[in-house]
Amino acid sequence: MSQFLQVLLSGLATGSIYALAAIGFALVWQAAHTVNFAQGEFVMVPAFFVLIGMGFFGMPFWLALGFGLVVSMLVLGYAFKKMIVEPILPHGGITLIIATMALAILLKETVKEFYSAEAQPFPALFSNTPMNFFGAAVSMQDILNLLVSLGVVVLLTLFLNRTRTGRCMQAAAQNPAVAEILGVDVKRMVLYTFLINAALAALASFLITPVYLAKFSNGETIGLIAFIAAIVGGFNQIRGALVGGLLVGVLDNLTATYVTAQYRAALPLVLLIVIILVRPQGIMGTSEGRSV
Amino acid sequence: MKKSLIAVTAALLVASPAYAQDTVKIGMVAELSGAGAPAGTNWRDGIKIAVEEINAAGGILKKKVEVTEYDTQTDPQVSRAMVQKAIDAGAYAIWGTIYSGSTMVNMLVAQQNSTPQFVGSEAPAIVQKGNPFVYRTSSGAQKGVPALTPYFKNTLKAKKVGVAWVNNEFGKGGRNVFIDEMKKAGIEVVADVASEQAQTDYASDVAKLKQANPEAVFVYMNQEESARFLIEAKKQALSMPLVGEVTLTEAKVIELAGGAAEGAIAHVGVTATATDVPGIGAFAKKFEETFKRKPTHDAIKGYVGAWATKYVTEMVGKFDGEAFSKKILGLCLKVADHPKILLDTCWDKTGEMSRPSFMVQVKNGSPVVIGTVPAN
Repeated sequence: MSQFLQVLLSGLATGSIYALAAIGFALVWQAAHTVNFAQGEFVMVPAFFVLIGMGFFGMPFWLALGFGLVVSMLVLGYAFKKMIVEPILPHGGITLIIATMALAILLKETVKEFYSAEAQPFPALFSNTPMNFFGAAVSMQDILNLLVSLGVVVLLTLFLNRTRTGRCMQAAAQNPAVAEILGVDVKRMVLYTFLINAALAALASFLITPVYLAKFSNGETIGLIAFIAAIVGGFNQIRGALVGGLLVGVLDNLTATYVTAQYRAALPLVLLIVIILVRPQGIMGTSEGRSV
Repeated sequence: MKKSLIAVTAALLVASPAYAQDTVKIGMVAELSGAGAPAGTNWRDGIKIAVEEINAAGGILKKKVEVTEYDTQTDPQVSRAMVQKAIDAGAYAIWGTIYSGSTMVNMLVAQQNSTPQFVGSEAPAIVQKGNPFVYRTSSGAQKGVPALTPYFKNTLKAKKVGVAWVNNEFGKGGRNVFIDEMKKAGIEVVADVASEQAQTDYASDVAKLKQANPEAVFVYMNQEESARFLIEAKKQALSMPLVGEVTLTEAKVIELAGGAAEGAIAHVGVTATATDVPGIGAFAKKFEETFKRKPTHDAIKGYVGAWATKYVTEMVGKFDGEAFSKKILGLCLKVADHPKILLDTCWDKTGEMSRPSFMVQVKNGSPVVIGTVPAN
């Protein structure tokens, strides 16, 4: 029983971080109707901004985290929108998807070139001291990772549903033309979406890198799992990304423990196929109507 | 007059040092990117120091050593192509690779071309293939892992142990030897946990080991995987001794795992922390001054491989792969005569290496030698 609890909690902690990255897919989809295949790299890069803050500017860790967050929002939010999404989107969604793939390679290779191919240590935000939880040793880091991620999703949902700006963002995402007629500054709302995505990616980066270690290739794993989590949960729903992330994280650990560790990498793909066959819109997703 | 000028110019060109081949080319084929990058870059940097020293000492057979680097990207098929590329470019010898999965594939290319190849790989199968052109720079798992048996049996007095290993050629080799050794020693293996190369989440692996409750765990993984395992082991309060072979107490693992590496124990063929050995101390100092970081055992392996190439070639007296092979198989180099070999070293008829080794433990963030193991 303690082993099951251990695996379950660890899965939830990791899954909650996948969820943060998965939310990014949902946000960018809503804002630009495209899939950002550089989302994994968006989670990989902020950790290196923090390391640059500490290593090159001599900042203390907490200040470097703030530096990493701000630079992430500028580079992965503002610059991404201005330099890639805005110029390319008029040429079609597929073109933009390919551009994000190229961006992923660019980010990965740039980090490798300027920060070496070796993994780097990254300080933990929270204590790694284990606590006994009904027989399972659970670290404070795992519990707080889970709480922070859940808190962020709750706050984001409240922001989008209960505030004027949030509702304007939703209106801009659902029907930009009508939103504009109603006086919504659509461009500003879309910018907010990209900034939020960058901030969430940075948060995911700060939470997961102490365990994964800072490495140029981390985005490959995180991006794939988060993409699958977003589809499994429902690509057009933020709470769906949360459900998908947690489900993938827990199932991965349960499978590796009780079934087989050797095929654990295949599990998310199997889950993806099952969901596509049974419920194409995802567990929490809603079908999007189309007129023909 | 014109003909005379041409003749004189041609004669000068033939006689000039630039025209005569005054360099010997070596192909340094290693994991400079991908999962094996920590090992590969250290291997390369150890070689850089050796080559600088060798050239300062007159090169090999009075020819300057010219090293070309080839990145395998930690991909066996790429490594095979890189070894072929190095040989096509005229390499007299190959230095690398580190990852056993790559060496298993690329050593056949070097063998076909009778090219001496010094490798950092430790899977037992490498020297069991009957390839006379592949030579270790540290003992293979079949020599290193048995050196741990007395530690489990006599020091830890373990009756049941677990094994956590990475599912690649290196990991499988070490795991198989360990299981056999435990059987022979009458120690029960109660948990046998395989993980994948470049795996990031070790929660389930550690949970399985914890559930089996062994008295000690043998950890046999590459550097980054070892660090991630140690971090998760600390998170889940895995309380039994964690004992490894080679990588577990490496400087890079300690750097990555931080406090989670504290207390980890490993048998290492050679370690930069053995500064009581004069050659190792001097190498470690020079490496740290040059690269501003501490060397790992891979750096020492690269260094030894480069110097062994010089020593053996000069014993042969010519650049001849076949003659090199005949000379090194069964050869012992004494530090007294060949100081840069660092420790008295022998290669047997399969290319396997024997030399004294060390037990180290991480204490206060540094690997500390806690014992020596005689050559077997």
